[in-house]
Amino acid sequence: MRVLKMQKENLMVFLESIRGFGELWGVVDKGNRFVFDKLDDLSDYDFKPRKPMIPPKLFMHPPKFSMFRFNEKGYEAELEEIPNRVIFGVLPCDIHGLLILDRLFGAEPPDPYYMKRREKTIILGLSCVPGDTCLAKATNTHVVEEGFDLFFSDLDDYYLVWVGSSKGDDLVRVQPDLFEEKLEYKDLEKFIEWKKDRDSCYPVDFDFTAMPDIMELSYNSPVWEKIGEKCLACGSCTMVCPTCNCYDVVDRLALGKFEGIRERHWDSCMYKEYSMVAVGHNFREARSQRLKLWYTHKLQGFIGQFGKPSCVGCGRCVETCPVDINVVTVAKALKGEPVEAFWNR
Amino acid sequence: MREVVKEENPFIPEPMRIVRRYNLIDDVKLFQVRAVDMERALTLRYLPGQFMMISIAGVGEAPFSISSTPSRPGLLEFCIREVGSVTQALFKLKENAQIGIRGPYGNGFPIEKMVGHDLIIVMGGLGVAPLRSLLYYALDNRNQFGKVYLLYGAKRPAEMLFREEFLALRERDDLECLLTVDQDDTRDWPCHTGLVTSLFQYVKGIDPHKTYAAICGPPVMYKFVIGQFLKFNIPKHQILMNLERRMRCGVGKCGHCVIEYIYTCLDGPVFSYWDVIHMKELI
Repeated sequence: MRVLKMQKENLMVFLESIRGFGELWGVVDKGNRFVFDKLDDLSDYDFKPRKPMIPPKLFMHPPKFSMFRFNEKGYEAELEEIPNRVIFGVLPCDIHGLLILDRLFGAEPPDPYYMKRREKTIILGLSCVPGDTCLAKATNTHVVEEGFDLFFSDLDDYYLVWVGSSKGDDLVRVQPDLFEEKLEYKDLEKFIEWKKDRDSCYPVDFDFTAMPDIMELSYNSPVWEKIGEKCLACGSCTMVCPTCNCYDVVDRLALGKFEGIRERHWDSCMYKEYSMVAVGHNFREARSQRLKLWYTHKLQGFIGQFGKPSCVGCGRCVETCPVDINVVTVAKALKGEPVEAFWNR
Repeated sequence: MREVVKEENPFIPEPMRIVRRYNLIDDVKLFQVRAVDMERALTLRYLPGQFMMISIAGVGEAPFSISSTPSRPGLLEFCIREVGSVTQALFKLKENAQIGIRGPYGNGFPIEKMVGHDLIIVMGGLGVAPLRSLLYYALDNRNQFGKVYLLYGAKRPAEMLFREEFLALRERDDLECLLTVDQDDTRDWPCHTGLVTSLFQYVKGIDPHKTYAAICGPPVMYKFVIGQFLKFNIPKHQILMNLERRMRCGVGKCGHCVIEYIYTCLDGPVFSYWDVIHMKELI
């Protein structure tokens, strides 16, 4: 991979220089939460890594959008209005989340809505500082080798800039003098030292490798009933999860004439109707069954197929679930470790 | 221009017309449907056991098994019960109305492997919808299969789908067509009375390793019918079933039909009894 160096004061100049590639977005502090927002004015922006409440999946797989319009004449796909975007500050775990979604939406037949948005979105990754809930080291998603156009590793005095795509290379070539081509041995040393320091900061460590077997053996575990009793079926865990992709589809008609849109919006496997079929039979009536599906899907099925969990260790479910059902507590409970949240409430 | 969009976008339905609709029983109709484009109508290929997504613009979209056989191209048939919003809207449409269809989707029956084997097809109620396709595929290619058994159970004679069609099939020498009703309230029913499992007493002289079984029916039926096949020593991977799940896309994206990490719409809807043991939650 092409690796360059950039002095910190050049970052703002660089981002200004590439505005022609699309709307510039980044993660901003809204007081009680971090969210993606347009960065129209960079003068006050601090370029620090922040974990947004809703992961960047919302750019490629928006919470709600029109798939196509219909009228008497037929159907017309809505793919024309998708803007070009440059997203700054995407964290390694979230890039891993996108790679998992790429696999799903890109599989035959590719989903044109996701693929088009992915193609029109430039990802500028940024190295992170682990927060209280991060478990990305346990899921091996704390480093990232693909899925971005440029990746900025913050080495205090300067950035190492990893060029991950041809488009990323185009960005660099807008003002090549902002970058230094020549890397020295001390840059490597500094990077290794930074990585060692950063990797020692992860507060949550957990061994996921045995999870498929543990899940298999815990199919009838009382843990599921227990967490089923606590779960509010609110769906928050699925909304904030970088790898949750489930959606529902509804038709919306205009008033008074035959035209309308078919809309896709996020759905959640925690909702009661998720597995219900026409005559009213519900394959997952109980909350415990729906929770089991989520965790089986993420920690058993995906590991079985692709050798790693489809949890990217971002810790959002840890922060979001109002009753402390999350990937850490559930995995621990299944491993037989006592979990405060379920047993003592 | 619409053709171009369609090729790139698997979610845009293609225009089809209702050619004819038949009342089968009170709340079930057979819809014969054909692609508006004649070339497409004649070249549309599918396998028994596959399904399609039928769209009524403004109402929505739902998955339906194909009830016709690919050995008779031109018309697609769907055997549909009026139960939800899409089917209610569909039931209001008359001949020549245009609807949207996507597909075919799903794995379908492994016909290539089934060729050369005996077939036992067991259907309950609306379970006839996907298996009628397999039945006529086998009958249209009769010399490719060994013995063919059809076992079909309905609640009452008035609720038997394709009743006259199947009663007529009893005349054939190359098919054992066994029909049953749970209850004969007409006192005029010419066939068996009892649950579908009670028909197994008439299945004789099959070589279990050279037999494929296919099942579709209400969820409660599977356990008992599979039990009968296991008694016959039919290998677990040769006991096939066509399963139902909620689906919103048909192409492995929306998530609803997921079981562990497989999608019913891609890896199913035809599964074997071995899959059922292996994966849990299938039936």
